[in-house]
Amino acid sequence: MSRRYDSRTTIFSPEGRLYQVEYAMEAIGNAGSAIGILAKDGVVLVGEKKVTSKLLQTSTSTEKMYKIDDHVACAVAGIMSDANILINTARVQAQRYTYAYQEPMPVEQLVQSLCDTKQGYTQFGGLRPFGVSFLFAGWDKNYGFQLYMSDPSGNYGGWKAAAIGANNQAAQSILKQDYKDEINREEAIQLALKVLSKTMDSTSLTSDKLELAEVFLMPSGNVKYQVCSADSLNKLLAKFGVAQPSTEA
Amino acid sequence: MECVFGLVGDGFAIVAADTSAVHSILVHKSNEDKIMVLDSHKLVAASGEPGDRVQFTEYIQKNVALYQFRNGIPLTTPAAANFTRGELATALRKNPYFVNILMAGYDKEIGPSLYFIDYIATLHKVDKGAFGYGSYFSLSIMDRHYHSGMSLEEAIGLVDKCIMEIRSRLVVAPPNFVIKIVDKDGAREYAWRESLKDVSVTSA
Repeated sequence: MSRRYDSRTTIFSPEGRLYQVEYAMEAIGNAGSAIGILAKDGVVLVGEKKVTSKLLQTSTSTEKMYKIDDHVACAVAGIMSDANILINTARVQAQRYTYAYQEPMPVEQLVQSLCDTKQGYTQFGGLRPFGVSFLFAGWDKNYGFQLYMSDPSGNYGGWKAAAIGANNQAAQSILKQDYKDEINREEAIQLALKVLSKTMDSTSLTSDKLELAEVFLMPSGNVKYQVCSADSLNKLLAKFGVAQPSTEA
Repeated sequence: MECVFGLVGDGFAIVAADTSAVHSILVHKSNEDKIMVLDSHKLVAASGEPGDRVQFTEYIQKNVALYQFRNGIPLTTPAAANFTRGELATALRKNPYFVNILMAGYDKEIGPSLYFIDYIATLHKVDKGAFGYGSYFSLSIMDRHYHSGMSLEEAIGLVDKCIMEIRSRLVVAPPNFVIKIVDKDGAREYAWRESLKDVSVTSA
């Protein structure tokens, strides 16, 4: 029955579902996960790098975290080639806005413009949707620090803590249990690493399987996007005691 | 001929404009309001080709309103000024609008501000500015008497000095002026300075 509907992105099934969109979300469930946590003094993004082969040269830069503008960064889960297209359009949007108004683009507007693009591919025929979920971390003068999660349907929402990718439901429920309002950045990092240590397949957390990035305000008032180096990430893992094989997992 | 000027005071910005609608040697009307209330906390005083002036300021006003509907937050004054400049700059190489604009606004984080935008898309943030024939007099008067942090009384006094100088020294001086103000409580009309009232035929 569903065969008649699941090959078309733009047609509802009799049960009122869009199969291609659901399949796209399914695809993300297999990708390396990413967690974002909103703290009172910043936003933390942690991502799981999937090591597919020993022979693969691990890139020196980040592969899951991307800076969109000076005040916005995102973490990706899903098909990277799709993500690259969307990241590019997001960067263009952000620059266009600054060109028009000489001000940084409000974070939600940036997320919304990207989600409008995503939505378009679920409605206008002949194409498949983007197989990507994003976590956006940013700061703007109206709403301060913000964290958004978006999915292939073009839905987005603001979150205090969110998880995308493999095992995101398990991660989400741990976050729900352990998240406290008014936590600071360090506590947020600790929580994010703890969640990843429980939800990742691998037995031990090391810096080459992880990426950590933060968005925060510098004393000057400028927004800073900072990616954690491998060294300091190892130190953090040791400090929070999540480097050892997790017993609870 | 046209006289549009404005200045920034302590916690407010004031703009004044003549209210004469002139074509060739003929005065059509002397109560034409050339200062638009752009949104709750912005004023746009414009001079230039009358058709362009109305068309362009309304276009900017509607775009600023659209932005607010779409995004739930208003544009700041600098953002609106830069947007306006961008629109003028794009039009400049196609079919230019002949409008000169003084944009005054009040923002919570920034306070009052005044922007000078001319028809060739120059943008300046200024403390005081003027356009038109009246600018030759009002700029000099403001150079002499303006200082930062002026009180409302001082500022209105200065605006009246400018109007007086224009009326006494400019051959083609317009009779009437409108003064508008923007501060933390919003943008609004402040006063009219009229030396010529419309008179009905019977009383004339």
